Amino acid sequence: MTMTRAAATAPASDSAALLSVRDLKVEFSTSAGVVRALDGVSFDVHEGETLAILGESGSGKSVTAQAIMALLPKPTGSIVSGEILYGGRDLAWEPVRRVRELCATEIAMIFQDPLSSLNPVFRIGYQVAEPFRRRLGMSKKEAWAKALELLKRVGIPDAEHRIRDYPHQFSGGQRQRIMIAMAIALDPRLLIADEPTTALDVTVQKQIMGLLADLQAETGMAMVLISHDLGVVAEVAERVAIMYAGRIVETGATRDVYDFPAHPYTRGLLDSIPSEASMGERLTPIDGSPPNLLALPSGCPFHPRCPFAIEVCRAAVPPLRTPDGWEPGHLAACHRSEEVLPHG
Amino acid sequence: MAETSPPLLRVEHLKVAYPTRSSILLRKTGEKVAVSDVSFEISPGETVGLVGESGSGKSTVARTVIGLIKPDAGLIEFEGRDITRLSPAQLKSVRGDMQMVFQDPYASLNPRLTVRDLIAEGWRVHPGVTPRKDWTSAVRDLMDRVGLNPDYADRYPHQFSGGQRQRIGIARALALKPKLIICDEAVSALDVSVQAQVLNLLDDLQRDLGLAYLFISHDLSVIEHICDRVLVLDKGVVVEEGTARELFEHPRDEYTRALLAAVPVVRPWLERAP
Repeated sequence: MTMTRAAATAPASDSAALLSVRDLKVEFSTSAGVVRALDGVSFDVHEGETLAILGESGSGKSVTAQAIMALLPKPTGSIVSGEILYGGRDLAWEPVRRVRELCATEIAMIFQDPLSSLNPVFRIGYQVAEPFRRRLGMSKKEAWAKALELLKRVGIPDAEHRIRDYPHQFSGGQRQRIMIAMAIALDPRLLIADEPTTALDVTVQKQIMGLLADLQAETGMAMVLISHDLGVVAEVAERVAIMYAGRIVETGATRDVYDFPAHPYTRGLLDSIPSEASMGERLTPIDGSPPNLLALPSGCPFHPRCPFAIEVCRAAVPPLRTPDGWEPGHLAACHRSEEVLPHG
Repeated sequence: MAETSPPLLRVEHLKVAYPTRSSILLRKTGEKVAVSDVSFEISPGETVGLVGESGSGKSTVARTVIGLIKPDAGLIEFEGRDITRLSPAQLKSVRGDMQMVFQDPYASLNPRLTVRDLIAEGWRVHPGVTPRKDWTSAVRDLMDRVGLNPDYADRYPHQFSGGQRQRIGIARALALKPKLIICDEAVSALDVSVQAQVLNLLDDLQRDLGLAYLFISHDLSVIEHICDRVLVLDKGVVVEEGTARELFEHPRDEYTRALLAAVPVVRPWLERAP
């Protein structure tokens, strides 16, 4: 894999980007009050690249995908401000119907649980052929042939026969392959993969991630990979954005971020992973648990768990910036990156 | 560790099959063998890991050991008694010594019970472990032991985060002063920062209380971290067994190698460097 030194995720809009999310804010109204699930999220995705959005449960990574695809649960969730720029249009404020049309053809998505995304009562051939019939108006026979071709392309063995099977007759990994077949059917320019391998065994995970990488190399599509797994991200994504409590707290080239984390949260995540080095020894977890979005701490939302927090961390929300000595394009939202995290 | 002491748990040639039934009359049409030949031992204070992919039979082994499933053949000896031959009443006395922590802390705790009731539930079933007058103080001690604020004893499970719920699950297991805890994917549903806290807690408890663990996980880095010995299961058969270090550094079996090769590496660029 080649490392592309991608452009900085600066607040200014990047005209070369395929998808550009600017200062996105999403709120959910719950019985307990209004929750800001995304608070000023900005990132760009370029043609052919993979951006990983990494975060723990409740960090807002899946909400980001839902906001782009107009899949926020109605009426509780809504975009309150910000832009989602794609092909000269702002998806944040387009009618849902128009966004869905776009999502059917140019932006595709795959989910964590392929079984609940497939209709159990239709043969998979029918489901994979559906976009060809509905969107491209192909005849039944033509669409069926295209579906067969796709199933072969995503590596379903004995596809000629299996095309007549129902979803429950496939294993988890094969179902995810079928989902991928449906997602790439109309040659999307952007694929959003929300935890695509979380429910799968490691060996199957490796195959699926390999398949996605191959398809990306063939088609040149961009990919947004949403994941909680630092290892999966490291192997496929050129750039990474790390989310915490609805904000991006660090972003940059994956290798840069992993080798020289500029945010204590990122460092904490990397230190929490059991590894060969930690065998038989104690791990260094992050203290406490992620904050309740209904009662966010003042200032930096990470400060109650941060070993380096001082007065300023409790008082002011740190902006995303490139700390002195870090690569351009590597940004972190921490007041004290230079002081507390050694670089190099 | 403790190679001279007799094993706490000895499993020999375990076989478990589930009947397959016809769709309408539910006549038995055959059987699906989940575990065909599994043997292992756990010494007091030892952690033994069971790894394998879904369908390898690892959870079936756990459920059979704790008595939720009857084995079709083989022997399960706990402190020298074959528990597959015990009457239900006799089995109950063994149950207290063997506890289980489940994967999903959202599904495994009764939402209508307070933490106090959840932890004390085992004492109702097994009278004699803790006298009723000591329950309140014992619950506080256990909550403190697993890192929960004892003042929260009257709260309900939904008021806790995933990691805290798993601590409640561990406190429940500890309440009966077991010698062996079976952890079936006990940290798999937790976020990585919280997972590290729970792994450290399990480590502390083992050191202080001399617990043995049977640790079941699909996450090989967790297994490598916590286990003394590891068994690799494939299609109901143990394909490789060894100390964690042996197995992860010099896997002999083809399947083990494939499994290890598939584990994502956090910093792949370090491995590829010459």
